Amino acid sequence: MSAVLPYSIAAAALVALGLFGLVVQAAVLRKILAFNLLGGGVFLLFGVVARRGAGAGATADPVPQAIVITGLVVAFAATALAVVLALRMHQITGAATIAEAAEDGFPDK
Amino acid sequence: MIGALQGLGLLAAAAGAGFFLAGTVGLIRFPDTTSRLHALTKADNLGLGLVVLGLLPFAGSLGAALKLLLVWGLVLLAGGTVAQMIAARVRGTEPGA
Amino acid sequence: MGGLVDWLLAALVLGAAAWTLAAPTGFAAVVGFVGFGLLVTLAWVRLGAVDVALTEAAIGAGATGVILLMAVVRLRGGAEEVSAATPGRAVMVAAGLLAGGVGLALALAVLALPDPAPGLAAAAMARRGELGLGNPVAAVLMGYRGLDTLLESVVLVFAVLAVWSMAPDRRWGGIPGPRFPRQEAGPLALLARLLLPIGLVIGIHVAWVGAEAPGGKFQGGTILAAMWVLAWVAGLVQPPAIASQAVRLALVAGPLAFLLAGFAGMALGEGFLAWPPGLAKPMILLVEAAMTLSVAAALALLVAGPPERAA
Repeated sequence: MSAVLPYSIAAAALVALGLFGLVVQAAVLRKILAFNLLGGGVFLLFGVVARRGAGAGATADPVPQAIVITGLVVAFAATALAVVLALRMHQITGAATIAEAAEDGFPDK
Repeated sequence: MIGALQGLGLLAAAAGAGFFLAGTVGLIRFPDTTSRLHALTKADNLGLGLVVLGLLPFAGSLGAALKLLLVWGLVLLAGGTVAQMIAARVRGTEPGA
Repeated sequence: MGGLVDWLLAALVLGAAAWTLAAPTGFAAVVGFVGFGLLVTLAWVRLGAVDVALTEAAIGAGATGVILLMAVVRLRGGAEEVSAATPGRAVMVAAGLLAGGVGLALALAVLALPDPAPGLAAAAMARRGELGLGNPVAAVLMGYRGLDTLLESVVLVFAVLAVWSMAPDRRWGGIPGPRFPRQEAGPLALLARLLLPIGLVIGIHVAWVGAEAPGGKFQGGTILAAMWVLAWVAGLVQPPAIASQAVRLALVAGPLAFLLAGFAGMALGEGFLAWPPGLAKPMILLVEAAMTLSVAAALALLVAGPPERAA
């Protein structure tokens, strides 16, 4: 079952990339994207576990697969909510980041 | 006989992959939007068409073969539409394009 | 040979993810994310999880891509603010070390997983027949992890409610999203007319075959939602007012049917969400049909966003 090795490493690296982007990037939209990359890495870890558990005629363990399908739908719902929150914030304050806002809604100049 | 058909299929799929490669190089290297679109449509239409053609001998059943053709048809439809819309948008903004 | 394909694909996934983070504009980043989603879809196929691949393509790349693209055009500007808020080199290095450490720990943990791997594949394959489902993933979603699936369907309803509640008070009950001009001619009008009937059939087909083959309510429902979004963008339909009873019914039909089936399990079977033997297949079909409708409605409403216009 050597086929999972590339994806194990990719999944761990994706979590790292997503976490880095989430911390470092300032724009809210970029943070949402980074969070989705992080989530993609976590899902891929489930994929690796599912593939390792293949057997009895199943190409991958169905239980982690079902959990990832649930996770993907919930991640979409969370992303949709995050995007709408970002848009509303932008609409009200004009801000594109969640940096410590000054009185006028913009970060310290 | 089956072997010959599948050999032809592999050749067609390889040619299709070649179109994808050329189309991708064009998409990255061409200077303006319309020529990039030109490169992209080659990969979409011809490249995928050849790959689908090459996969037909391996499809195993008539239903699977028809599904492959349907995928190609849908990509043609969607790709053609998007290319038209991007080109129309570019013509409005980039003079001489 | 197979190994090379997997290494290449894993490298491409990481490359697309890195591009998504490093892209010069928000638009380029979102396009990079959609490409990332499609590459991950291929990875799921390579991992033998075709059900997940379909979900990733439809929801992870497709639906998420659409809402992000719609957001990116509205979030233009703010470049100065963003560069002012971007952390300095020291924070970058610290974050890089932290993230790298987390990634390394995860990689080590995955590589140290027990071999042979424990799993429930054999149990899921052996018992899927009790529900009349050939697809083990569908059997797990409806049977073994039925409670998860029920709660997930409720999450979708809550997400729609949360999105709606972002509207200003005076817009409550109004019509969500921008209004697109009706396309009488041109490529988009043609696509909407040609693709819509085909897409509806494919969406229902994908939901229907989910019982036996890869597919299911989430994948099929997403295709149906996409068809509605296409008709909306082409100006053929207008989003319904969120006060509409029909919309609210479509939204909750799935969770409601699921919940009723759960209580029926208490009356006829062994407990909440236990499918009564003999009745399992028809009940699951009813719940799945209602869920397909609700998933389609919820996803379309999440794409349309909060109400912006008076009904």
